[in-house]
Amino acid sequence: MIKTQGLTKIFKIGKKQETDLIAVDNLTLEVEHGEVFGFLGPNGAGKTTTVRMLTGLIRPTSGTAQVAGFELGKEDTNIRRNVGILTESPGMYERLTAEKNLTIFAKLYDVPDVEKSVNKYLSMLGLWERRHDSVGSFSKGMRQKLAVARSLIHEPQILFLDEPTTGLDPEASKTVRDFVEELKTEGRTIFMTTHNLDEAERLCDRVGIFQQKLLTLDSPANLRDKMFGRKVVFHLREVQPAWVGLVAGIAGVDNVEAVGNKMVVSLRDPEESNPKIINALVMAGADVQFVGEIKHSLEQIYLEMVQSNERGQA
Amino acid sequence: MKHVRTIIDKEWSEVFKNRWVITTMTMLPMLFVAMPLVMLYMTKSSLGVDLPAESAGLPGGFGAACAGMTASECTQIYLLNQFMIMFMMMPLMIPTTIAAYSIVGEKTTRTLEPLLATPITTIELLAGKGLAAVIPGVLISYGAFGIFLVGSLLLGLAPGVISYIFSPIWLLGILVLGPILSIIATIFAIYVSSRVSDPRVAEQLSGSVILPLLLVMFAVLAGKLVIDVKFMLIAIVVCALVAFGMLHLGTLIFDRENILTKWK
Repeated sequence: MIKTQGLTKIFKIGKKQETDLIAVDNLTLEVEHGEVFGFLGPNGAGKTTTVRMLTGLIRPTSGTAQVAGFELGKEDTNIRRNVGILTESPGMYERLTAEKNLTIFAKLYDVPDVEKSVNKYLSMLGLWERRHDSVGSFSKGMRQKLAVARSLIHEPQILFLDEPTTGLDPEASKTVRDFVEELKTEGRTIFMTTHNLDEAERLCDRVGIFQQKLLTLDSPANLRDKMFGRKVVFHLREVQPAWVGLVAGIAGVDNVEAVGNKMVVSLRDPEESNPKIINALVMAGADVQFVGEIKHSLEQIYLEMVQSNERGQA
Repeated sequence: MKHVRTIIDKEWSEVFKNRWVITTMTMLPMLFVAMPLVMLYMTKSSLGVDLPAESAGLPGGFGAACAGMTASECTQIYLLNQFMIMFMMMPLMIPTTIAAYSIVGEKTTRTLEPLLATPITTIELLAGKGLAAVIPGVLISYGAFGIFLVGSLLLGLAPGVISYIFSPIWLLGILVLGPILSIIATIFAIYVSSRVSDPRVAEQLSGSVILPLLLVMFAVLAGKLVIDVKFMLIAIVVCALVAFGMLHLGTLIFDRENILTKWK
C-alpha cells in the first residue's frame, strides 16, 4: 500500500536559502494493506513532512515512493484521490454548516452520491443532529469528528492521521480511537503519527520511531523484546544466594538478578522456561509467592531510542 | 469544471454569510452611481444657459470632444469622463475584497492543506477562486451602470449628453474593459494572497492595482488625455494581453509546496 525507498526531503532555509535543513533523511519503509502503522517521533522530527510527501502535497528532494499503487511525483492526483488525510490542525469553514463542509469536500473528491455519503458520515460520527449548525459553534471534539468524516468521505484505501487525538479531551480521544479501530476492522490501511504512545501501542500493528531518519521499525511487542529482552520477576519469601546460580544454570536463562526478595530473570522464552525455574526453586525449598512478566512500555522504548539518537548526534 | 463550480459555491457561501463583506461590496457602487447622478442634476440646473463650449474653461485637450455642444453639456461630458473611470474602478475594487482573502484566508483557518490534499488541480483552484471574485464584481458593476443609465434618462439630460453616455466609449469601457480589469485585479490579489500571511496585508497590497487607473484619471483631469474609442480599443487589447500573461504566470508561480511550508 505504501512503499518508500530512500525518501528524503531537504528544505532550503535562511534569508538567501543558503542553509539545508534535512527534514526527512533516506526513509525506506513498507506499510501493508490493512495495517495500522504508527509513526512516532518528537516535535520537529519530520513526521508531518513525511505525511505531506506521501499525500502528494510536497515534493521529495530525492527517493521514490508508491502510495496506493501510484508513483509519487508522477501520479499525485491519483494518490490524492485514493488517500484521506486528517491534518494536524484540521481547519473547517467556520461560517458553513457541518453538512456544507462535508458536501464541498465530497464534491472535490468526486464522490458519486454526495448526499448519501455526507449523511452516512454525519450519522456515523454522531453529528447528524448538528448538521445544520455552523462549524464555528462546534466544540473541539466535534470539529475533530467532522475532520475525520471529511478525511473518509471519499472512502479512501489509505488514511493518514496526523496527531489525531492531540488536544482532545479523553472522551473525544476515545471516540476517535474507537473509530480508528473500526476502520482497522474494515481493512483500511492507516498511517498514523502520534505522540500518544499508549494510543500507538493499543492501535498500531507496527510502529516506526522516527527522528529525521527511521530509528527502528517493528511491532511494539517485538521492539520491547529486541530492546529489553523478556524479563520475569519471581517473588519469593526470601532469596538465598545459591538459588541465583541454580536458576542461572537452567537452559534459556540469560541473566539472573536478586533484588530484595525478588529474582529478576532475563529469558528468551518465558513460556518454556518458567515451569522449569519454578520447579527448581520449589525443589530447592523456595516459597514462590507469585510470578509476573516485566512489561516495558512503548514510552521507555521510544525515549531510549530518541535519547540515544540525540546523544549520537551530539 | 465541477471542481471549479464547487470552489465558487464554497467561496460565495462563505462570503455572502459575512454581512460586512456584502456592505463593502454594495456601498461603493451605490456611491459611484449616486455621485455622477447628483453631479449631472446639479450642473444641469446651474449651467442651463446656452453658452458656447469654449466658455466652459475646460482643459485644452478636451475642446475637440465638445465640438458643437453648449457649455453645460460640455462640462457634464467632461465630468462624466472622470466618472467613467470610477465605474471602471468598480470591477477592480469589488473582486479584490474577495480575492485578497482567498488563499490567505484558507491559510489562517487552516483549511488550505485539506483543500490542496483533494484531487483538485492548480488551474481548477485558481479558476474557482478567481471566478468567485470576478463574477460578483462584474455583475455589481453592470447593475450599477444600469441604474446609472436609468437615472440619467430620468434626469431629462440634453440629447448630446445622453448619446455620450450610450456611446461606444462608455459601453466598451464598462462592458468590455471593466471585466478585463476585474480579471487582472483578481489574479493580482490571488497572487498576493498566496504570498502573505495576514489578510489585512493582502487587502492593502491588492488595492494597489487601482493605481494605474488613478493615473489615467489624473491625466483626464489635467486635460492631457481624452478618452475616445481609439484609446478604449487600445486599452482593451493591452489589458487583455496583460490579463492573459498574468493568468499564465499565475498558474506557473502558484506553488502548493511553498504556500504550505513557507507560511508561519
